[in-house]
Amino acid sequence: MTALATPAATMSNPLAGDPLLRVDGLHLSFGGIQALGGVTLQAKARDITAIIGPNGAGKTSLFNAISGFYRPQQGRIRFAGEDISRTPTARRAAKGMARTFQNVALFRGLSVLDNVKLGGHTRLQANPLTAMWYFGRAQREETRLRAEIERDVIDFLEIDHIRHQPVAALSYGLQKRVELARALAMQPKLLMLDEPVAGMNREETEDMARFILDIQEERGIAVLLIEHDMGLVMDIANHVVVLNFGHVIGVGTPSEVRTNPEVVRAYLGGDFVKPIVPDAAAQAQGIAL
Amino acid sequence: MRIGDFRASYAHDEALWPTSAQRRWILVLALLLLLFPLGVNAYIVSLACILGINVIAAAGLNIMTGYTGLISLGHAAFMGVGCYCTAWLAQRGVPFFVALPAAGVLAALIGIVIGIPSLRIKGLYLAVATLAAQFLLVYVFKEWESVTGGVSGIDVPFASLAGFEFSSDQRLYFLIIPTAALLLVAARNLFRTRVGRAFIAIRDKDISAEVLGINLLHYKLAAFAVGSFYAGIAGGLLGYFYRVITPEFFTLQLSIFFLAAIIVGGMGSILGTILGAVFMTLVPELLRHGVTLAALWSPRATEVLSPLKEVVFGVLIIGFLVFEPHGLIEVWRRVRRTFHLWPFRS
Amino acid sequence: MTAVSFDWTALVEYTITGFLAGGLLSLIALGFVLIYKGTGVINFAMGEFMMLGAYSFYTANKVWGLAMLPAMVVTIAAIGLFAAIVERGILRPLSGQPVISVLMATIGLASVIHGAVDMVWGGINLEMPELLPRTPLRFGEIFIPGKTLWSFVLASAVITAFSIYFRYSRTGVSMRAAASDPITASALGIDVRRTQVLTWIFAGIVGAIAGVIAASMTTLSPALSHIALGVFAVIILGGLDSIVGAIVAGLAIGVIESLTSAYLGGKVRDIVPYLIVLLILLIRPYGLFGTRQVERL
Repeated sequence: MTALATPAATMSNPLAGDPLLRVDGLHLSFGGIQALGGVTLQAKARDITAIIGPNGAGKTSLFNAISGFYRPQQGRIRFAGEDISRTPTARRAAKGMARTFQNVALFRGLSVLDNVKLGGHTRLQANPLTAMWYFGRAQREETRLRAEIERDVIDFLEIDHIRHQPVAALSYGLQKRVELARALAMQPKLLMLDEPVAGMNREETEDMARFILDIQEERGIAVLLIEHDMGLVMDIANHVVVLNFGHVIGVGTPSEVRTNPEVVRAYLGGDFVKPIVPDAAAQAQGIAL
Repeated sequence: MRIGDFRASYAHDEALWPTSAQRRWILVLALLLLLFPLGVNAYIVSLACILGINVIAAAGLNIMTGYTGLISLGHAAFMGVGCYCTAWLAQRGVPFFVALPAAGVLAALIGIVIGIPSLRIKGLYLAVATLAAQFLLVYVFKEWESVTGGVSGIDVPFASLAGFEFSSDQRLYFLIIPTAALLLVAARNLFRTRVGRAFIAIRDKDISAEVLGINLLHYKLAAFAVGSFYAGIAGGLLGYFYRVITPEFFTLQLSIFFLAAIIVGGMGSILGTILGAVFMTLVPELLRHGVTLAALWSPRATEVLSPLKEVVFGVLIIGFLVFEPHGLIEVWRRVRRTFHLWPFRS
Repeated sequence: MTAVSFDWTALVEYTITGFLAGGLLSLIALGFVLIYKGTGVINFAMGEFMMLGAYSFYTANKVWGLAMLPAMVVTIAAIGLFAAIVERGILRPLSGQPVISVLMATIGLASVIHGAVDMVWGGINLEMPELLPRTPLRFGEIFIPGKTLWSFVLASAVITAFSIYFRYSRTGVSMRAAASDPITASALGIDVRRTQVLTWIFAGIVGAIAGVIAASMTTLSPALSHIALGVFAVIILGGLDSIVGAIVAGLAIGVIESLTSAYLGGKVRDIVPYLIVLLILLIRPYGLFGTRQVERL
């Protein structure tokens, strides 16, 4: 995908809301290895924030810290004004945080529909007793969830034709879409996508980009994504954060970040002296970083 | 795809037996089960009773192990808990429809107690923990003589309800089979709701499950509790059936028997549970008959029955694991697929 | 108040005896840990390997009339071969399947072996050849049974030999490498499949020797396999993947069992291992020396 001089790439998003997620000075180490050395960033509602950086920069570690799998040694994470640094992972979901994984983490023993229904888990009430009886409360909430999911997610992501299929039988691209569907079924305020188009072909990537943009526009969700596909980042992100070796080395709109000499050096190596100056010629040739 | 199988509402799509053909078959099955004991001899009826008990226990284990992925080597011990509880209550005149659920609840509580230390860990550590629980509970059965009668065991009165006694296997059949049917439907229902889905999610990828808001320990304990509940009820029915029980009934070997049943039948499937229970109930019986026959030629043959059962047992487990890891249910599904388009090949 | 003098001599005696008896437990635990470290499996058939070892030794010595040393060699060869066949025939086809499947396979294997031994040799108690000298050791008032002492000596010798082998020999090092990171080991030219077979062969041999020792101390019968179940406490305490843990925990559990048997009676002694298991799981689930299982996200 070529980088185009879209408005989104050059100006910050006027529709963005307040910062929904605030990460302040996150330090994360494993044994002697430092994964994050004081990361600060924000994700706003109705904004698409992309986290980029070379391999090993700490992007997924950052996600895992935000999800609650890793307990950072220092720093704070605030979500919708609330300090969730100590909140266990399972409770963060109920607060409105949804996420997908780098390696598709669908439940292979379930169908597409059941996987997506799991997104609605925290909004249901059934306990083992009411579940075993099924008639009455459990049945009602199941039917209601089903209607909701069909309307809001399955139709939207165009996966109705595969809804009863076991996920293990799907193509990689469709699996990633089902994972997105499951995350959407959580009705989240923040959607964290870890490399949503990794391994996809051109067509699948464009479909995914379209879905993410629709999600941003129609649902006002804050999207935070990790990506290596620079074309996608340039095209749809409003706000970019660049990580390298666990530190933030650049922040801004996509085109600001692209020309940041620190960023260039991180990707291309240390001896680059001349920073890339943005000019029409370069952009027309579609030079992507 | 079935021709003419249209679903006009989500509720219809989610139903257990959505097509009228399925509903007809279920009715036929119900009728067969109802009339069954009238047409066969007493031995077959008692076999059916044991089968019913095994199905209930296997269903409980399948919920824990097949669906949620929690390996339990202590299932027999939980049956024992239910059995002794039922015996104790029945001796005091408590009718079965209180004694049995109480047995289930007690077994579930013990399951939770064992589960609390055990479920923070996974896989093989959990297996060893449940093994420890199995031995500890049997020790309690043997030593707590005032309640369990110790090694010599206790008597269980007939299951009773307002004067009516289930005094024969024929009568007990009509207690066991409906209970089994009810519990099987309940188990199936579990997996139409968020509870069952959470169980499967925990088995498949518990990290993803957490991210979706599933409290792992909470649901693992729930799976343990439900599975043990089933074991407790199966144990109670076992007590009513055998009438005299000793701790010898609830050995590690029985726990392994049920693990074999769900592997042979198919883990993570209710129909698989039934198939596995049927298979594992019939195999020892066939062996017994075979050995009795062989005893006509060689009088020492009967000594060999117990170790022979062990060998056949082990061979079955290994054979299924290597050749048919998804169990008999997979065989069943293959047969169905072949016949779907028969005589046209797919 | 009359002071009842505490019998310190007895305490010391029980402790030492327990410690020495623990040597056998450490040896059996070593067999478990080898397989777990090498292939990620808990071998529920360990007790049955012990049984096979003991019965083979008996047959070689008493039935075929071989002297003790050749009988031992035959036993080791036979059980080693059997372990290799098990690995090839059962474990290899199951690689990649979930933990419970492999676990159940070893349980099934245990059942087959147990039943087969019972069928072939009968369920009666047989008397093992006099492998371990009976003469007791005496320090003043302390009396250490000869068999216990020599079982410790033999177990220690085997454990030491294996430890040295794993530490310093090329095969040992490649086995450890393959256990720790099969893919990298493969890339470095180590035949990972071969090391897995070797792991099982060694574990089988360890089990066989342990079985011979155990049977020499008690009696030869199909009930021999139950000793291995008690060793689960040892491996949980020591950590499933630690050889040092297996050794330390074995000795510790030996002492604990001896003391509980002496002061609380024989029946309690039977379940002490299992109480210990549950206790450890409450406090330190991965044992004293085990590594916490971390999952890559």
